[in-house]
Amino acid sequence: MTARLARGALAFALLGWASVANAALSGAVVARSTNWTAILMFLGFVGITLWVTAAAARRTRTVSDFYTGGGITGFQNGLAMAGDYCSAASFLGITSQIFNDGYDGLIYAIGFLVGWPIVLFLVAEKLRNLGRFTFADVASYRFLQGPVRSFSAVSTLLVVSFYLIAQMVGAGQLIQLLFGLPYLYAIIVVGGLMMVYVLFGGMRATSWVQIIKAVMLLCGATFLVLGVMSHVGFSFETLFARAVAVKTRLALETGLSPADAAAKGRAIMGPGGFIKDPISALSFGFALMLGTAGLPHILMRFFTVPDAREARKSILWATVWIGYFYALTFILGFGAIVLISFNPAYVDGAGALLGGNNMAVMHLAHAIGGNLFLGFISAVAFATILAVVAGLTLSAASAISHDIYASVIRKGHAEPAKELRVSRITTVLLGIAAIILGIIFQKQNVAFMVSLAFALAASGNFPVLVMSLLWKGCTTQGAAWGGAIGLLSAFGLTVLSPVIWVAVFGFEHAIFPYSSPALFSVPAGFVAIWLISTLDRSPRAAIDRAGYPAQRVRSETGIDVHRPADH
Amino acid sequence: MTPHSVPDTAREARITTDPRYRALVRDRQRFSWTLTAITVIVYTSFISLIAFDKPLMAQPIAGGATSIAVVLGVAMLVGTVVICAVYVWRANGSYDARLAALLESIA
Repeated sequence: MTARLARGALAFALLGWASVANAALSGAVVARSTNWTAILMFLGFVGITLWVTAAAARRTRTVSDFYTGGGITGFQNGLAMAGDYCSAASFLGITSQIFNDGYDGLIYAIGFLVGWPIVLFLVAEKLRNLGRFTFADVASYRFLQGPVRSFSAVSTLLVVSFYLIAQMVGAGQLIQLLFGLPYLYAIIVVGGLMMVYVLFGGMRATSWVQIIKAVMLLCGATFLVLGVMSHVGFSFETLFARAVAVKTRLALETGLSPADAAAKGRAIMGPGGFIKDPISALSFGFALMLGTAGLPHILMRFFTVPDAREARKSILWATVWIGYFYALTFILGFGAIVLISFNPAYVDGAGALLGGNNMAVMHLAHAIGGNLFLGFISAVAFATILAVVAGLTLSAASAISHDIYASVIRKGHAEPAKELRVSRITTVLLGIAAIILGIIFQKQNVAFMVSLAFALAASGNFPVLVMSLLWKGCTTQGAAWGGAIGLLSAFGLTVLSPVIWVAVFGFEHAIFPYSSPALFSVPAGFVAIWLISTLDRSPRAAIDRAGYPAQRVRSETGIDVHRPADH
Repeated sequence: MTPHSVPDTAREARITTDPRYRALVRDRQRFSWTLTAITVIVYTSFISLIAFDKPLMAQPIAGGATSIAVVLGVAMLVGTVVICAVYVWRANGSYDARLAALLESIA
C-alpha cells in the first residue's frame, strides 16, 4: 500500500512538471488519517457550488446558455481563466520544488505565464469577433466545415484527454493524501461533481465554480504569504538569507565541509538542475508559451464575454491573477524552507517532507494557521481540481455536440434542443470516461501528460488558428491536414522521447533526445499548413481564399459579432 | 457555415476601402507583432541565460542573499503583466476609439 502511494505521489509530483525534472523526487509517503476539518470545509465549498449550479440550471435553457453561460464581464472572466489555469499541481508542485531545490520552481512558473501575452496579441480579439461557442467556429470560419471541424474536435479531445487524465490521477492521489479518502472514492467524487456542474449548470456554473475557487486560492495563498513575511519582518532579503542559512545548516548536518555547505546553501538562489540542455529548455518553453494559445478550454472562455474589448480585459486580469499567484508560490516555497525544515512534525530526520513530496505548502499552512487553516487549504486544493476538470469537460462536450454533431453531422441545421441534449449526454459519457481513465491510469506514470497536452495544443490548434486568421492563402486542406501533421509530429516525437521511449517502453536510448517536441513540431505544423495550402489547386481552395476579405473585416471590426446573450 | 446574420456587403466594402480602416488595421497589427516579438525574444533570452550561464544568474545582488536570478525572474513575472497592460490600454483606448468613429461614420 505504501509503495503504491509512493508511486502515486511521485506521479502526482511530476504531474505539472516538465519531464526533465524527476530524479529529485523520492521518499516515503504516509497516508494521512481522515482530516475532518478539511472534509467539512470541502463540503462547505461543494454546498456553495451546488447552490450556484442549481441557480445556473434554472437559467440554462438554450444552447448558447450552455456554452457561454449567458455572458460575464472581462474581470469575472479573467478570474475564471485564472481559476481554470492554476492547477493544484502548480500550487503544491511549485512550492515543493522550491522547498527542495530553491529557484527552479520560478522558471517553470514563468513559462506558464508567458503564454498569455501571446494569446492576447495574436488571437484573442479576432477569436472573440468571429466565434460563437468553440475555437473551431473560428478555425473553420471560411473553410469547408467537415474537415476543419473534424480536425478541431479530434485535437480538442486529445488535448483535453491528456490534461484530464493527469488531473484525475492527481486528484485521486491528492485527496487520498489530504483527506484519507480511498483513491477510487476520490475519483468518483471528482468525476461525479464535475458531471453535475457541467450537466446542469453548463458554462454559467463552470465559470462560477472557477471564480469561487480562484478567489479562495488567492486569498488562502495571500494569507499564508502574510504569515511567512511576518516571521521575517516583511523583508525579502531576510527571507532569502534565512532560507540560505537553513539549507547551509542542513548541508552541514550531512557532514559536508563548511565551505561546501555554504555553497550548497547558496545554490537555492540560482538555477539548478531543472534546465539541463538548452534545446530541451527552449523546446519546453515554447510548448508552454504557444500551447496556451491552443488550449480549447481556455479559448472557449473568450466566448463568455460580449466583445473584443472585454476579451482583452479578461486576459489582462487573468495575467494579473496568475502572475500574482506564481509570485505567491515563490514566496511560499522559501517560507516553507525557513519555517518547517527543522520541525519534526513536518519533516523526517533526513529532511524529507512527511506525507509525500508535494506537501510543503500543506505543512506550511499548518505551521502558520493550525488545523483549521490546513483544512481550508486542503479544501482549496480539492476545489482547484474540480474547477479545472469542469472546464475541460465542458470544452470536450462542446467539441462533440457543437463541432461534430451540429456542424458536421447536421451541417449547421441541428435543432437547438437536440444539440443541447447531445451536449448533456456527452457530458455524462465524458464524466464516466474520466472516472474510468482515472482508474486505468492510477498506477501509470502520467508525468508527461500535461506537457504533452501543451505540446499538442501548440503544434496543432495554434498553427491552424494563426494561419486561418492571418494568412489569406490558407485553405481547407491546408488547415485540416497541416494541423493534423503538427499534432501527429508532436505526438510521435513525444513517444520517441525519453519520457515514453525510455521511461515507459524501457528502451535504453531515446530516438528523439529532447524532453519536449515543440521546437520541432510547431514549425512542422506551420510548414505543413503553408505547403499543403500552396499546392492546393482544388475548386474549394479558390472559395477558401476568396472568403478571406470577408473574414478579415469581421475579425478586425467585430461587425456581426455573436454575443453570449444573443439567442 | 457558421450561421451569420445576412451580410451587408455594401457596408463591408465601404469599411474595407476606407483609408482609416486600413491605417487602423496596419497600426494595430504592427503594434501587436512588435509586442509579440518582444515577448518571445525576452523569454528566449531569459531561458538561454539560465541554460548557458548559471553561475552569473546565481550571483548575489549587493552582497546579500538575493540573487540576479531572483530579480530577473520577478521582473519576468511583472514584465509579462505590464506588456499585457500596455497592449490592452492602447487597444481598448485609441484603437477602439478609432474603430468606433469609423463604424459610426459608415452606418
